[in-house]
Amino acid sequence: MSSRYVYTLGPRTWRFRNLAELMAKATPARSGDRLAGVIADSAEERVVAQMCLAEVPLKRFLSEALIPYEDDEVTRLILDRHDPLAFQAVEHLTVGDFRNWLLSDLASSEALTGLRPGLTPEMVAAVSKLMRNQDLILVARKCRVETAFRNTIGRPGHLSTRLQPNHPTDDETGIAASILDGLLYGNGDAVIGINPATDNVAQAIKLMRLMDEVIQQYDIPTQSCVLTHVTNTLEAVEQGAPVDLVFQSIGGTQATNESFGFSLATLREAQDAALSLGRGTVGENVMYFETGQGSSLSANAHHGLDQQTCETRAYAVAREFSPLLVNTVVGFIGPEYLFDGKEIIRAGLEDHFCAKLLGVPMGCDICYTNHAEADQNDMDNLLTLLGVAGCTFIMGIPGSDDIMLNYQTTSFHDALYARRALDLRPAPEFEHWLERMGIFDDVRRHEPSAAIPPMFGRRLAALDGEVRRG
Amino acid sequence: MADQHPSPVVTNPWHHLRRYTDARIGLGRAGISLPTQQLLEFQLAHARARDAVHLPLDIDRLTGDLASLPGLTEPGEPVLLHSQAVDRFQYLQRPDLGRRLDDASRERLADRASANGADLALVVVDGLSSSAIQANVAPFLACFLDVLGQTEPDWRLAPLTVVQQGRVAIGDDIGQLLSARAVVVLIGERPGLSSPDSVGIYLTWNPKPGLTDASRNCISNVRPAGLSFDQASERLIYLLREAHRLGLSGVGLKDRTGEVVIDSSTNNKNFLTNDGQS
Repeated sequence: MSSRYVYTLGPRTWRFRNLAELMAKATPARSGDRLAGVIADSAEERVVAQMCLAEVPLKRFLSEALIPYEDDEVTRLILDRHDPLAFQAVEHLTVGDFRNWLLSDLASSEALTGLRPGLTPEMVAAVSKLMRNQDLILVARKCRVETAFRNTIGRPGHLSTRLQPNHPTDDETGIAASILDGLLYGNGDAVIGINPATDNVAQAIKLMRLMDEVIQQYDIPTQSCVLTHVTNTLEAVEQGAPVDLVFQSIGGTQATNESFGFSLATLREAQDAALSLGRGTVGENVMYFETGQGSSLSANAHHGLDQQTCETRAYAVAREFSPLLVNTVVGFIGPEYLFDGKEIIRAGLEDHFCAKLLGVPMGCDICYTNHAEADQNDMDNLLTLLGVAGCTFIMGIPGSDDIMLNYQTTSFHDALYARRALDLRPAPEFEHWLERMGIFDDVRRHEPSAAIPPMFGRRLAALDGEVRRG
Repeated sequence: MADQHPSPVVTNPWHHLRRYTDARIGLGRAGISLPTQQLLEFQLAHARARDAVHLPLDIDRLTGDLASLPGLTEPGEPVLLHSQAVDRFQYLQRPDLGRRLDDASRERLADRASANGADLALVVVDGLSSSAIQANVAPFLACFLDVLGQTEPDWRLAPLTVVQQGRVAIGDDIGQLLSARAVVVLIGERPGLSSPDSVGIYLTWNPKPGLTDASRNCISNVRPAGLSFDQASERLIYLLREAHRLGLSGVGLKDRTGEVVIDSSTNNKNFLTNDGQS
């Protein structure tokens, strides 16, 4: 076998068929790669693969596509958009030296911003495989990614939250109750975003109107989103619905995205439609994407790549459309892809690092299902680590319990924990609003008011009166 | 008299909104953290969900419950089967193994298959919640068999099977080995924090290995606090009769019993903004 990926260690020579196999075998262990049959056969083989990968020149990723250019529009997007001028700063480096460079003081925030168009997802995925968790945190912390719609997301020292008021029957009173709870705990500056229980256009429009009315009535500097299929949102725009952000789950291969029912052209069309509404006040980032390791394998669309490399390719799709928000739903997919707290935590840090290095405003749905080997303590750990890493936003849900999707994610309380423990603030416009409305006694000390603010108190009194009359 | 020790817990004046939703709103706070009582309530719910996944099915108790069911035309003990996943650890990481019967099970099943086949094979699978199967399968089947006996008295039932470490698609294998025209899998669903005991029901017409979810119809959240046994039985009978009539299941078979229009009754409105109406 003529292989370019050969590594000799003492008496033994290790061979890897191609770059895809080398990347997969160099990946820290996780159940999804085992399920796909691409995982290293031993702990030793994994480290040898990492040593071999460390010697691969970054330039190689421009000449050896992991999925052929002819077969995959994500590959075409990646290579067509690559900027050789921006790449000059690191084009002489191997993957191993790239890690050293990223950690060095040569890699300032400004240098990292300038480098972005010169990096491909495969280069970024490769270097992440050589990095320890603390490396992923330290470099991500240096990356600056700011976006804006009705407020400014992603400033250093800030942590935003998506208020997620899901309800198993989309009951409006139930949804309103969760929105109120979240706002009064200072959550919702990234977006108020609902996963609809009934997924059709009429229902989506109804939920969009509900959230838009709340945002307008209380003059909240935030945006809303119904997490429905991109084609549903397009139709909602045509019907005159108040669409702030367009949502779509995305993956890192064309076949994954086809299984999700869209192409890059669909996303372009949806972005144009949302922009045409001109609803942003301080910015024009109108897209919201979700990703997660394992989605390509789950759709049988991974082309033999490891799941973390597929995931990173999704960020090339994301950045093409200048999203306001992207989050990895890291523990949702289940233990056959990420088995336990250790694997979920590692994946969360990888996804955040890779996205930030590519210039994507990455947040994280820090979550687990009840059949994964994980619990609240694992989520506390990942939340704290991501808070240190400068994560853009997290989810906020009443008491960590999503009663519609049946999984656990971070709570409104968790967000306040992270803000207090790490001295992080909500988006500046939203922070002023919390103060102006009397929702927080002291926004700098993250101290909610014990009393209910008058504007909300009146609505509650009206509801209670109605119940008594009824 | 002034309280010498003020409570460290701040309660939320909107706590009573819990009457409108199962979401854990208005929990109050100690500083900005969860109060002890709410913390422990959550831990209990998670513990129950974990137990639902990990406690093995009590086969003796289940077969005892099933043996006393009226309406099972095929006499005899349920046939006990096992997937190729040897234990829970492997089951959770290798869904492919949970979809296939092990060799011993295939032989056992071949011994019990009738030469004339059957109209319907009922398959009970532990799935991701043994609690769901333990608590809800026998009472559901009692209800379903009663309705089936009245609506389709001539249908021939294959021997009832019970599968450990199984996934939904294992029913395809079983249905084919029993030469059944349709297979119905009753399986423990992935437990939610407030629903550790949900049964999922999957119908497949003309079952054979290699089918995907596109060939199935699903009835979800079957449990006393969710979709009742009566409602679930009614929907399953409807789907079965339609499957027999059309000769298919899955995306081509629409469940029209479940089409409910969500109205805006008094209990369903956005109280945060409904100024003119309240």
